[in-house]
Amino acid sequence: MPKITVDKNKCKGCLLCISVCPKGLIVVDKELNSLGANPVKFKTGGECIGCAFCALICPDCCIEVYK
Amino acid sequence: MDKIYTHPRALRKTVTHYCPGCGHGILHRIIAEVVDELAIREKVIGIAPVGCAVIAYDYWDFDCSEAAHGRALAVATAIKRVRKENIVFTYQGDGDLAAIGTNETIHAANRGENLTVIFINNAIYGMTGGQMAPTTLLNQKTATTPKGRNAQLQGYPLKISEMLALLPGVKYIERTSLHSPQEIIKTKKAIKQAFLNQVENIGFSLVEVLSPCPTYWGISPSQSLNWIRDTMVKEFPLGRIK
Repeated sequence: MPKITVDKNKCKGCLLCISVCPKGLIVVDKELNSLGANPVKFKTGGECIGCAFCALICPDCCIEVYK
Repeated sequence: MDKIYTHPRALRKTVTHYCPGCGHGILHRIIAEVVDELAIREKVIGIAPVGCAVIAYDYWDFDCSEAAHGRALAVATAIKRVRKENIVFTYQGDGDLAAIGTNETIHAANRGENLTVIFINNAIYGMTGGQMAPTTLLNQKTATTPKGRNAQLQGYPLKISEMLALLPGVKYIERTSLHSPQEIIKTKKAIKQAFLNQVENIGFSLVEVLSPCPTYWGISPSQSLNWIRDTMVKEFPLGRIK
């Protein structure tokens, strides 16, 4: 199953990845990161299709995609 | 399991100073990916502008120079003429390229310099605090047009890409956007073409990229993508201009 990883200490919490994920598999992490932002995290167990839309739109290059 | 999307080699692994949701980060990454794919990291020279991207050289892992405000194309002309083997590009915002640097931009284009220009248009001045730019849309509210831009007072949005397309020295101009993953793929294709044109000595190539500025537009990052899609592309239509 494809998956993504998020570099949580680079994420500024703009949430653009959430707005483009076709499967709704990215959610906000309630725990603050070292930048003082709420980063995003990947919801495991869903049906990620590895489209990489999240990585394409991420302005901070925090997302890596595996397929 | 293969890694199908990762950090490009030509982009440093640092946290940028850009606001959350800023288009500069996306465009920096696209340029770094193109540099990696064309295997020109050892010979590319980027010219950073004045504006929010003034320290872009801290983020790209290749040679860069800084230019005085608006003078990126003058600096790029000098570097390219002296070092023809290098691939020289400028990265300029709408304040840098279309306001203070209009003169240098038009003359570099008219001379047909073999350069690549990445023009990032967010219809506002970011670094100085959200003032009106030449590309600000009519009725758009900014710090200096609090009631919205009025054509009788402040004129019309400047379409510099269409203006430059009239010049015989210009070989390639395309306008793209960052408002969706599909448009980001098209932007990368256009930027790659603009770099290839320089590699093949075709001549002056410019890619104008419509980019979000959520902070000074006063809306959320995802709303700013919708604003580009619904409002900005009507004034600045996407596609190949020349």
